[in-house]
Amino acid sequence: MTAPNAKPLIKSKFFVVFVPYLWLFLFFLAPFLIVLKISLSQTAIAMPPYLPTFDFSEGIGAAFSELKELSLDNYAFLFSDSLYIKSYLSSLQIALISTALLLAIGYPIAYGMARSPKAWRPTLVMLVILPFWTSFLIRVYAWIGILSREGLLNTFLVWTGLIDTPLTILSTNIAVYIGIVYSYLPFMVLPLYAALEKMDESLLEAASDLGCPPLKTFWVVTFPLSLPGVVAGCFLVFIPAVGEFVIPDLLGGSSTLMIGKTLWAEFFSNRDWPLASSVAVILLMILVIPIVFFQNAQQRQQERDS
Amino acid sequence: MKKGPSLFNVVSVTLGFAFLYLPIILLVIYSFNSGRNVAIWAGWSTKWYVAMVQNQQLLDAAWVTLRVGLLSATVATVLGTMAALTLVRHGRFMGRTLFSGMVYAPLVMPEVITGLSLLLLFVAINFDRGFWTVTIAHITFSLCFVAVVVQSRLVTFDRSMEEAAMDLGCPPFKTFFVITLPIILPAIIAGWMLAFTLSLDDLVIASFTTGPGATTLPMRIYSAVRLGVTPEINAVSTVLIAVVTVGVVAASLITKRQEAERQRAERLAGAAP
Repeated sequence: MTAPNAKPLIKSKFFVVFVPYLWLFLFFLAPFLIVLKISLSQTAIAMPPYLPTFDFSEGIGAAFSELKELSLDNYAFLFSDSLYIKSYLSSLQIALISTALLLAIGYPIAYGMARSPKAWRPTLVMLVILPFWTSFLIRVYAWIGILSREGLLNTFLVWTGLIDTPLTILSTNIAVYIGIVYSYLPFMVLPLYAALEKMDESLLEAASDLGCPPLKTFWVVTFPLSLPGVVAGCFLVFIPAVGEFVIPDLLGGSSTLMIGKTLWAEFFSNRDWPLASSVAVILLMILVIPIVFFQNAQQRQQERDS
Repeated sequence: MKKGPSLFNVVSVTLGFAFLYLPIILLVIYSFNSGRNVAIWAGWSTKWYVAMVQNQQLLDAAWVTLRVGLLSATVATVLGTMAALTLVRHGRFMGRTLFSGMVYAPLVMPEVITGLSLLLLFVAINFDRGFWTVTIAHITFSLCFVAVVVQSRLVTFDRSMEEAAMDLGCPPFKTFFVITLPIILPAIIAGWMLAFTLSLDDLVIASFTTGPGATTLPMRIYSAVRLGVTPEINAVSTVLIAVVTVGVVAASLITKRQEAERQRAERLAGAAP
């Protein structure tokens, strides 16, 4: 490259890196630090409803003395009230079971897609992606009409004579599982499909030529090779499922405890911002391990591809 | 070796797609139900669409959502493309790990956390909440999705074309706009559409970051849904589904045709002596 070209390149390079970096720093990272700070504050009847507020206009000294007002009271409260611990545990449980269900349901679909005639595959992939483009809220809403007591499913089952009295599915955890599996299915199918589609089919032929029965071939050859897809899919559904709000709120009942719902109620109904912040901080601490793991997997994938 | 899909594969794919599509199809059909009860079919009618068009609150919310979506998707596409270029093209630089972390983490971050943290930021800096705060929030999370989409295209990018242009004396800035941008354009368009639909769709983050006068369509739908299923909401949903479906199918057909044309051009170029 010639010398006159080098200079503007460096400048534009700096610009390309700097602008998104600054944006994410300001609107993604900095807010977390604020959440952390507010989680250590006290609730107050004011606007904003917490103390201290760190008003730097009063000088650094005044702000510094307010530092002493920070406390771990909110965290102590979280651990003393069983509601929160139960919410965390039940969120993890619901997310874990949903992830297992998604893997069990998504794998055969992805496998079938990867083994379909090559000409069909782009269309099938688009058909999986299409529901993901349509509104999440609407897709969850669609299930209310199906699962409610006077809903389509009950009407249909009574009509066929399979049941006499309508089943109660809506407002139970079963409805939450159905909602999560339904909404997150594309996130599970696509990474699985990507891994299965790349697989070299001659490996399967080799196994069968050597007398390996099909089912064993699957467990010895296919499944291990699709593992990156399995890992990506599981993280992609598990992490957001733990903090899910819309699905438990609309499909679950009052007995459905999920931390996203608890945080929402703490924030919007009780207007306890510091407590809501500490709920968020603990949730983030629970999720930080899987998030870092997911991120590393993504980065490795990217480095492999390039 | 057996050729063609086995029965098991056909059945699992068919059942999978039935599961994905049946609820949406039922929702669309029942938006044309003339009765109020969702499970009892009372004949075809378009009266819920008429009711929807006459609902001023709903129309206002749709207008807010459209504006937020267009603006946030456009800014997010520019920033996301820059982030993708940074991730793919720049080897090591200070804070690279932090940067890639900030790009990937929002993809899986629970929405309640993102929403809460952004709201607390806006309160802390005393920023009036409303249209602009929702837009900033949407830019922030959708730029990461754009970055991932564009990045996957950049990874498979053949850099010899850029090198050829620069060897012929094309300045880097111009090279980007003449060579690089046209090639990654399908991914950028896909990224924009993804950002737009994410914005159109978002309830949780908008609920946290909004203020008076900036109620979005999902927020209106949500407050109506909490009171139960109504055919009017089915009608709104059907319109949204139709818009998104037409957009996605049209975009994929266009990119398919462009890809075919590009391949033909490459073949022709290759065949030339």
